[in-house]
This record gives sequence, C-alpha cells and structure tokens, in this order.
Amino acid sequence: MEHRVYADNAATTKLSSRALNAMMPYLTDNFGNASSIYTEGGAARKAVDQARETMAQCLHIKNPSELYFLSGGSEADNWAIKGAAELSLKKGKNHIISTKFEHHAVLHTLEYLEKHGYEVTLLDVHEDGLVRPEEFEAAIRENTGLATIMFANNEIGTIQPIQELSAIAKKHGVLFHTDAVQAVGTIPVNVEELGVDMLSLSGHKFHGPKGVGALYLRKGIRLPNLVHGGAQERGYRAGTENTAGIVGMAEALKESCEVMEERNIRLARLRDKLIDSLLTIDRSRINGDRVHRLPGNVNVCFHGVEGEALLLSLDLKGVAASSGSACTSGSLDPSHVLLAIGLPHEVAHGSVRLTFSTETTEEDVDYIISVLPPIIERLRAMSPLWERIIAQDNT
Amino acid sequence: MAYSEKVMDHFANPRNVGEMEDADGIGEVGNSKCGDIMKMYIKVKDDVITDVSFKTFGCGAAIATSSMATELVKGHTIPEALQLTNKAVMEALDGLPPVKVHCSVLAEQAIKAAVSDYYQKQGIDPKTVVGEIPEPIECHLED
Ligand SMILES: Cc1ncc(COP(=O)(O)O)c(C=O)c1O
Repeated sequence: MEHRVYADNAATTKLSSRALNAMMPYLTDNFGNASSIYTEGGAARKAVDQARETMAQCLHIKNPSELYFLSGGSEADNWAIKGAAELSLKKGKNHIISTKFEHHAVLHTLEYLEKHGYEVTLLDVHEDGLVRPEEFEAAIRENTGLATIMFANNEIGTIQPIQELSAIAKKHGVLFHTDAVQAVGTIPVNVEELGVDMLSLSGHKFHGPKGVGALYLRKGIRLPNLVHGGAQERGYRAGTENTAGIVGMAEALKESCEVMEERNIRLARLRDKLIDSLLTIDRSRINGDRVHRLPGNVNVCFHGVEGEALLLSLDLKGVAASSGSACTSGSLDPSHVLLAIGLPHEVAHGSVRLTFSTETTEEDVDYIISVLPPIIERLRAMSPLWERIIAQDNT
Repeated sequence: MAYSEKVMDHFANPRNVGEMEDADGIGEVGNSKCGDIMKMYIKVKDDVITDVSFKTFGCGAAIATSSMATELVKGHTIPEALQLTNKAVMEALDGLPPVKVHCSVLAEQAIKAAVSDYYQKQGIDPKTVVGEIPEPIECHLED
C-alpha cells in the first residue's frame, strides 16, 4: 500500500472519531429543529446550548452567550470587521489597523471597506513575521475605531503578542478583533486573559467538521445583525442551527484541549527535527520566527526550485503539503505572507509548508526527511535558475 | 486544478532533460520573478534538429510543456520546428488547466529562441527566418 503522509493540517484537518460519534445522533434520530418546542426540538436545543458551554469553558469565556455560531472563519472575520467598522463609523471613526499578512478573509474585507470610505493601515510584520506592539500603538490615531490582528499566521505559524496588543487597543478605546482560526484548538487560547473584544474560530482546523465556526463577541458590543431572519443566535445570525456541526465542533475542541499540552510538546519536537534537517540542505531558509511559532508548522524555502513542482513531486511520494508559490496561490504573485516578511519573488516561489496534527507521527516526519532532499536535488538539477545561482556564487 | 495523465507523465519522467555541452543554439525565456524560466538547447545538422534538450525552473506544467516541446521538434527540420505552436504542445499533453496555458506559450517561444540563437551563431540575421520573438509574456498571463 502506498505510504501517505498528510502534512497540510493548516489547510484542514481530519474529523476526529470522537467528534463524528458526537455528531451522529443529530444526523440521524435527533433531527429536530432547535427552535421547536416538542421533544425532538428540545434535544437539539439542549445539544446546541451544551456545545456553547463546552466551548466557552475550553476558551475561558465567562459567559457562553458571548459565543455565536456561524459557518466558519471567513464568516466570523467578515461579521466582526464589517460590523465593528460600521459601529465605529457611528462614532466618527473610520480608520482600521491590521497587518500585511492577514488571511484573505480579513484582507479582502478590509479592501472592501476601503472602497467604502474607510482608511486602513497595515502594520509591517518584519522578517520574523511578528507585529511590534510599539508600532501598533504608534499607528493609532484619533479616528482609529478598530484593530484586527491575527493570533497565529496560517502560512508561517508565527504567534502574535495578542494580550499586549489588545491592552494597547483598550487603552486607546479601539475595538480589538483577532482571527484565531489557526490558534484555537492548536495552542492555549484564554479569551479572558487575552482581553480581546472579538475572536474568530473555525471547526475544521481542529478536527471538527467543515462549514462551522464561531465568533466570540464581548457582551455590550452591539454589532449589526449578520443574517436577518429568525431569532437564532440571539437574532444576530438567523437560520436554523447546524446542530450536528456545532456539536461536532464542540466535541473536537474539547478533545483538542484535553490532549493539547502533551501533543504540543511532541509536535514541537518533531517540527524542530524537521526544520533542522531541512536547513542542512544547501541554500534553504526557514520562514518566520522559530520561537514564537505554532508547534506543528514548518515553512521552508529552497532557492532555485519552484513550489508547485515541489508539491507535485511530494504528492507522487505520498506527501500532502502546500506552498506559497504563485502557481499554487492562484494569483499573479507568490504568497503575500512571504512577500510581507521580505522575501524576493524568486525565493518565495520555492516555499513549502508542512503542518502537523495530533495524527502526525515520528515515522511520518522521518519519511518526509527521507524523500524531500532527493526531490530538491532533482528539481535543481533541471533548473536554469539554480545553475545561475551557483554560477554567480563561483564568480 | 488537475493535470492530465500525460502532463503528470512528462513531469515525473521528463524527456530530453539536461544541459547540452556542444549545443549549436541555446534559447532562454521567462524570468525568475514570474516563477518560470525555460532554457532549450538544440543540435543542428543540415537544417535538421538532430538533438534537443531543456532545463526548466517552474511549475509542473512548465516542466511538462518543455519536455513535450522537445519531443515535438526532435528529428524535425528547422522550418518544421518553427511551425510548432503552443496549441500543438497543449494538445499533445491532452490539455492544460486554463491558468497554465502560458507555460505552453513559453515552450513555443523557447524553441524559437534556440533557433534564433543558432542562426545568430551562423551569422544569419534570425529575424529574416524566425521573425520577431514577442517580448516575454507578462507573469501568468491568462488566456
Ligand atoms: C487564519 C485563517 N483565517 C480564516 C480562515 C478561513 O476559515 P474558514 O475556512 O472556516 O472560512 C482560515 C482558513 O482557511 C485561516 O487559516
């Protein structure tokens, strides 16, 4: 049988069997509508309420009613940012601060707002992929109403000092949102300690089902309704609840929180082993700070090699990974994240991202270590760019 | 995006890959900023391309189209090689995803660039035979 290693867990994760089992009743016998008053409806209502409590507990959210269920990370980001922008405008504030390397769910939302008269400042993330709190504070103006800064970057895995940033925002009366889609279920997230006003999360990044997520919205912040209709999610987001999805997401988060500490020690060791090994390859570089980094994230560039060719080669060897090359980003340019940390285009084209989960084993990592170097060698042997790099070096 | 079996075959087992030491003509197109560079080498005898090889930095389609283009001109006369179109390269590969069409254009241009270089080395103005080779296309021009 072909050996498959799934190393693209930042893209999505496999549904855990615990989550699936928790979901099954709501896909079968307990099909009732949570808004109905009879027995079947009651069971669904209870399940949704319980899920909210479970998740609030995992995330240290005082009041479970501050957690709103919706369809995923993109929807949570859109609601938080557009909603808070609208709120701020009522106070005459039309300036928003974010960073250059946010997910497109944030960046494209900000572009939309710019077209509608908002001003946006995107903070530099420097070579290490980290926001500097003092630069954030310096960017705050009289008319700044909102800041949105991601918790952990989806490509290079760097973790931002959210607690410090949100304290600065608070001091200046600026609403603070964080896209924590890559952080929740992956590293400890304590909403109370973080002091954020809004936080986005998505179920499928931590072994829950796809198409379900949540926004933490601090009590007292009255965002405009996201979906007009029924009274679901306190009227903010109408539509019959995705009971099974919500239950599965909550179960997956609970499981992630239970195993997190031990798992992260293990994954950080595997991550460091893989990074150290890949960095022994000639003209390779690690992207993003090595210390403030998600435990399962490896992102490396190899000069003279193009990322898509690298991914196809890995796939032929049974390894699923991703890249920030233009060919895989579906646009004209390589990943905006890699450009934001200052990589030249030709280097950014040669990136590979390998991301682990609880299912990743040492054998998987050893297998990657055994198949990747020969692939680089093969692609470089046929690369005129590599030939040029070597020639330049020898002169 | 999915590649045809032919594309994957030419990617995994590229034909005529590698540098040619005693090439009569060498052509290079594309640029590293856009993420693809193709370099073609030809050996010519009595107006016939007796040998051809390539080196490519680029995505799977860039490697596969280079490989296929060398197959399509090998053993053919120069006038025949100059007739090679990107469409012919694509068809021979059972098609390319729309965003990869530019790779086949680069492959066509790489062959023309190698022939140009050959004429140049022969002291013949290539423009009279090959015509103008268009400026390298924009990064990832989508047809
Ligand atoms: C940082 C970040 N934000 C937002 C999203 C979007 O989440 P979803 O796919 O649930 O809409 C993702 C995942 O792709 C992500 O990594």
